[in-house]
Amino acid sequence: MAAQDAASARTAYDWPAILKDLAGTAIVSMLLMVPIVSYKSVITQYSLVLEARWGTVFIILGIILAARLLMHLFVWNRPPAALPAAKSSGPAKASLTDRIGPSVFPVLVAFAILLPIISGGDRRTIDLSIYILTYIMLAWGLNIVVGLAGLLDLGYVAFYAVGAYAYALLSTIYFPYWFGDGMLPWAFYITLPLAGLLAALWGVILGFPVLRLRGDYLAIVTLAFGEIIRLVLINWFSFTNGPQGITVPKATFFGLPFSAGPGGFADFFGIEHNRIYYYIFLYYVILILALVTYFVTNRLRRLPIGRAWEALREDEIACRSLGINTTNTKLTAFAIGAMFGGFAGCFFATRQGFVSPESFVFIESAIILAIVVLGGLGSQIGIVFAAIAIMGSFELFRELTIFQDYLPEGTDPVHFRMLAVGLAMVLMMRFRPRGFVTRRQPTVFLKERKAVSGDLVKEGHG
Amino acid sequence: MEYFLQQLINGITLGSIYGLIAIGYTMVYGIIGMINFAHGDVFMVGSVAAFLVILGIGLTGGSGLLLILLALILVAAVAMIVASAYNWTIERLAYKPLRGSFRLAPLISAIGMSIVLQEFVRVNQEGRPKPVQPIVTGGYELMTRVTETGEFIVRLTNMQILIIVSTLILMAVFTILIQKTSLGRAQRACEQDMKMASLLGIDVDRTISITFIMGAALAAFAGLMFFLYYGVTDFFVGFLAGIKAFTAAVLGGIGSLPGAMLGGLIIGLIETMWSAYFTVEYKDVAAFTVLVIVLIFMPQGLLGKPEVEKV
Repeated sequence: MAAQDAASARTAYDWPAILKDLAGTAIVSMLLMVPIVSYKSVITQYSLVLEARWGTVFIILGIILAARLLMHLFVWNRPPAALPAAKSSGPAKASLTDRIGPSVFPVLVAFAILLPIISGGDRRTIDLSIYILTYIMLAWGLNIVVGLAGLLDLGYVAFYAVGAYAYALLSTIYFPYWFGDGMLPWAFYITLPLAGLLAALWGVILGFPVLRLRGDYLAIVTLAFGEIIRLVLINWFSFTNGPQGITVPKATFFGLPFSAGPGGFADFFGIEHNRIYYYIFLYYVILILALVTYFVTNRLRRLPIGRAWEALREDEIACRSLGINTTNTKLTAFAIGAMFGGFAGCFFATRQGFVSPESFVFIESAIILAIVVLGGLGSQIGIVFAAIAIMGSFELFRELTIFQDYLPEGTDPVHFRMLAVGLAMVLMMRFRPRGFVTRRQPTVFLKERKAVSGDLVKEGHG
Repeated sequence: MEYFLQQLINGITLGSIYGLIAIGYTMVYGIIGMINFAHGDVFMVGSVAAFLVILGIGLTGGSGLLLILLALILVAAVAMIVASAYNWTIERLAYKPLRGSFRLAPLISAIGMSIVLQEFVRVNQEGRPKPVQPIVTGGYELMTRVTETGEFIVRLTNMQILIIVSTLILMAVFTILIQKTSLGRAQRACEQDMKMASLLGIDVDRTISITFIMGAALAAFAGLMFFLYYGVTDFFVGFLAGIKAFTAAVLGGIGSLPGAMLGGLIIGLIETMWSAYFTVEYKDVAAFTVLVIVLIFMPQGLLGKPEVEKV
């Protein structure tokens, strides 16, 4: 039967149409490539000159045409009868994600807790894990705003900056001034909640006027706010030390500094001093912060406010007619998301030991958003995998010099990483707009739990 | 007074560039109701393509006036065609399949596309700024005032004249295109009611594609002018210019073509005046603040129609 289908399809090729399409593709591809790819400006000793790269152009053109031809031959020409057959087996049996779904998170947490032991105290592994966990936490924070409440926030990094600068300024200027040096070892623990509160406060201040706006206007306004905060950080020299940034003190283990001398962490516990303890400590701090974010979000989703967020995401007008105060609902989502951003920022400042406006550019917001989008708007587990995939691949791109041999000369593989992130965002929206894990347990149910396919939910998921 | 006049000239020049970019935002928003976040980067592609062509044909300021003018028309044509091809492809690959998807999908896709364009150009052309020697040189001295510190001369450069005049010509051509041709009629029809237009035999997909192409062509021309005016471009110029042009589109009333031009002029003037009379460091903050204030207090803009929410 399948062979018959294939045979009938093969006879049905419309060659003139295919050739016409290929010719069109070739013309457009050449227009896309001709000055931008085919010529590259190179600085010579005296002046700028162009370097032709027609070889690359024709290789790319060949790949595009071959791919399009294969699509014509094997994909687009498939008889439509094949489609319903694939769908019918859908709801009957529980999918793999349903069966292993509930056990994924505990396994991940157990792995995360044991990671410093598994890695054998390898500094690079722990550094990378801290890095990834920071982004997981940020993405979980942004997920409240984008995934649950359906508000596209392009300026999330602003709250991250507020948290980081709160710690930097409080611990270097205000704490010594207010309390003397005695409080300094505790600065991180005191500032952490303050950073979250300040970020939430900023979330309210910024959110209050703009949350009446429709989705896409809101996105642009938050982008503008993010840039305003960054520009103020750069230019308000007397307060933030401008682009030079601020060096911030390291965190301590509840008052015990991670130093070699007496009174330090190693001395107190009677073990040998090793710098790795500080990184392991930081690792557990961010792990705890991230887990707090996870559990708080999960609890909030079951509260009336969380339900209101998701309802708001699905249909704002219906929400309003049911008497939900949409402005307040949006504002809480915005403020709580901002608060977690502030926590993460405070942690970032102490991990980095240095803050400057450089760290809070729009592209950071875009990366965090990309993690949320790739994780599948609203799915917390998805975000973990997306963060590992994106941040891990960043490291991979940095490490991989193998690519270098295949790339045109003078190209740095690092530059390809953002290109890949951008493409991933587009492809995700194109092919899996509801994320890779589309089946979700609804948080509200009448009599019995049942899985709902992502297709049944109009927008996002339950 | 002389100082103000000079800033007025500079502001109008800058505003013309913003206005040309803003038209692309406003047309796309008018017809399919999405913010083409990658539009600023299409502008950037236009300016980088212009840079490559200028370098390729070896155009310098030393040639005769007629030759320069002809060469610039060639450069503009290439930049416009290339940018149009980019915007058309973007629409085909990233936006068209998302019609009917959930509300935020096209915007997220557009943000992804904006990153792709920037990084694509950076990968191919490297990140360093691309300079050009002044090509259109010279100008007129309109007024001179002797002050204690020296004399202040109000200048209108040939470059500024070129920008303002060519913007006026493009706007005129464009207005005729929208008002008088069947293409423009189809476009206005799609803007009012896409479903009805398609029932009446208008090829909606084609009209939308053409909208993207026209927006890109204007943005590419703005990219060329921007490049010649400032003498430098790189892969990142589209970000700021894009946001400012979007601000212009919103200020003028999104969906309204004269509004986009008016908004562009106002944003250009605000930015120039702010730099001249207050602090140059905060000129971008000023533009962003205008965006926020307009969106909060006057979301329909100066010439736009108030939006009616429908269930």
